[in-house]
Amino acid sequence: MAGGSQRVYRQRIKSTQSLKKMFRAQELIAASRIGKARARVAAATPFAQAITRAVSAVALHAHTDHPLTEPRHDTNRVAVLVIASDRGMAGAYSAAIIRETERLLERLDREGKEPDLFVAGRRAVSYYRYRGRSLEGQWAYGSDNPTPEVANEIADALLGRFEAPAAEGGVAELHVVYTQFVNMVTQRPRVVRMLPLEVVEGVNEHDDVEPLYDFEPSAEVVLDTLLPRYVRSRLFSFLLEAAASELASRQRAMHTATDNAEDLIRTYTRLANQARQADITQEISEIVSGADALAASH
Amino acid sequence: MAELSVDLVATDRKVWSGIARQVSAPSVDGQIGVLPGHTPILAVLRPGTVRVVTSDGAAPFEVHVTGGFVSVDDNLVTVVADEITPLGAEG
Repeated sequence: MAGGSQRVYRQRIKSTQSLKKMFRAQELIAASRIGKARARVAAATPFAQAITRAVSAVALHAHTDHPLTEPRHDTNRVAVLVIASDRGMAGAYSAAIIRETERLLERLDREGKEPDLFVAGRRAVSYYRYRGRSLEGQWAYGSDNPTPEVANEIADALLGRFEAPAAEGGVAELHVVYTQFVNMVTQRPRVVRMLPLEVVEGVNEHDDVEPLYDFEPSAEVVLDTLLPRYVRSRLFSFLLEAAASELASRQRAMHTATDNAEDLIRTYTRLANQARQADITQEISEIVSGADALAASH
Repeated sequence: MAELSVDLVATDRKVWSGIARQVSAPSVDGQIGVLPGHTPILAVLRPGTVRVVTSDGAAPFEVHVTGGFVSVDDNLVTVVADEITPLGAEG
């Protein structure tokens, strides 16, 4: 009996210590990557701004209609893109995204729409696959470091579905669920309806001095080239923001886990000391009572 | 004389930004050259070479673009492309 509980406590301390090391390492990795992720969000902003300006210029000056800006009424299918993470250890990050998605899916159901799910990020893919939900598209792309190529691939798949006729799986709307990076401590799941496009951002309000743009080769062709790029750029910036959010919430979760591991180690050390003291006390009392018994027999 | 303020922007970063005397870009209908005071234009680019003559007297530099668009508005030139790769600074 003696030493039994001590050994158990020592084992627990050891395993908690190695867990703590892992948590700490994850925290440091996330912390070192987050600066880069935020810089990439900032670096992608000029492109997004330039393209938004150009799109609003066309929308303002050339009153042309484009399939991407027109609401569709020939189908009630809608596409939902979920941007989650590839790896766990990020606290409630993926859970929050999935919860938000479920809420959106319910709402769409109530409105009589049929959502088609497109999922980016292995965590959400396995969540839906486990529940037997069929996915129209899935990507595991290294969610903490997205590239423009991946964004283009996803955007092209979704644009293809939006432009496809109803019989071939065309969709009337595109919703994106991603995590908005507000700051280092706040990241908020957010739903954005991306298609059909509503071009309103950055429109200047002085109509009397508006320059008359020349379009080369024509307003329609310019719009044709601009809008898909606009969608790609928006999507890329969503992916980048989601990546920054993922890293921030991983850093926070791992920091908490490290703290908890330290608490556990402290508790177990106390318990181990207590057990050792109890063993010693017991041994002493055994010796003393043994000696007493010997002395009494003489 | 007025000058052009030029931004070269790729999908994931701003490549170059500065003052220039002349910019030429490969539009789908042919090379377009932009000088200060150019009328506002939005042109679609084909893959090709964008050439920028900076106003500090240095040799003009060229970059390769893979398609995108160029917008000119009030001496503000923005070249937006999917990818921009420098071709070296020789003219």
